[in-house]
Amino acid sequence: MSFDINEYYSRLNGGDVLMAFKGSISSELISNVLEVVESRMDEYRESSKIRKKVYNVLVESLQNLYHHIEVLPEEMQKEFDDKFGILVVSRQDARYKISTGNFIGQDKVDVLRNKIDKINSMSRDELKDMYKFILNHQRLSEKGGGGLGLVDIARKTGNELDYTFEKFDDAYYFFNLDVFIDLA
Amino acid sequence: MEALSIDGTAKTPSVKFDGQEGVIEIKGRSIPENSIEFYKPLVEWLEKYSGSPMDLTQVNVQLEYFNTSSSKCILDVFKKLEAIHKGKSEVIINWHYEEDDEDMLEAGEDYESIIRVPFKMIEIVE
Repeated sequence: MSFDINEYYSRLNGGDVLMAFKGSISSELISNVLEVVESRMDEYRESSKIRKKVYNVLVESLQNLYHHIEVLPEEMQKEFDDKFGILVVSRQDARYKISTGNFIGQDKVDVLRNKIDKINSMSRDELKDMYKFILNHQRLSEKGGGGLGLVDIARKTGNELDYTFEKFDDAYYFFNLDVFIDLA
Repeated sequence: MEALSIDGTAKTPSVKFDGQEGVIEIKGRSIPENSIEFYKPLVEWLEKYSGSPMDLTQVNVQLEYFNTSSSKCILDVFKKLEAIHKGKSEVIINWHYEEDDEDMLEAGEDYESIIRVPFKMIEIVE
């Protein structure tokens, strides 16, 4: 049986959910999500330090989705929006959790898995050096992606990136990324 | 040369480049999905300005947030300033960060270690 997106989505909706979205990830959607999460954090009276961290990491997470989402084959577009992605921002157990999910071509799984594993194995100083190297040596893609998003998230959160790849069909996997920001 | 002035939006910073005064300011949020388009006129303006810069160019960067797409374009802006500083005129980059915003201070230090222009780290106390 293939991976059940709806079951997965409802499983993510635990803790105190600030924002949950499933559908097309557009520039307008990103603006709206940022606005909602920012005002929700005001309600929680988070310190400016936490607010900034969550905001920054949320921007990178959403724009990672925006830049890397696959154009799905027509057959799948009957079931899923174009540029389909999932986002859940929740607050539980003294930390914020930002979960994102998107389809990824089977041929790209290994590259992404290796990249994340490498980032997770690095120390703070090594991440800083990697960030500066990519910043100084890699050009932006046409869409404006720079290959820095995950490194930046790892640096700012100081936590490992949790991920899974679930097989959807022969051509696609569903990639889930959980990012944690500690409150203290 | 003509000043460059751009109003800020929810995703892009306000910009004031004044060639007569030798003062360059970038303030606010820089989080567009694609930053190349936004920063292109800034880099082009600096390219022209580098032909006849003031003896001293003061650069004020005061960003609340910036994304990784912007980080590369900001580096491009700084590289133009580095070229001006390599010539006969002086450039100082004043990097502002809010109290407790260690990430923004560290981002400034990252640039300082890459770009050969003097940086001044300025903490904004509320």
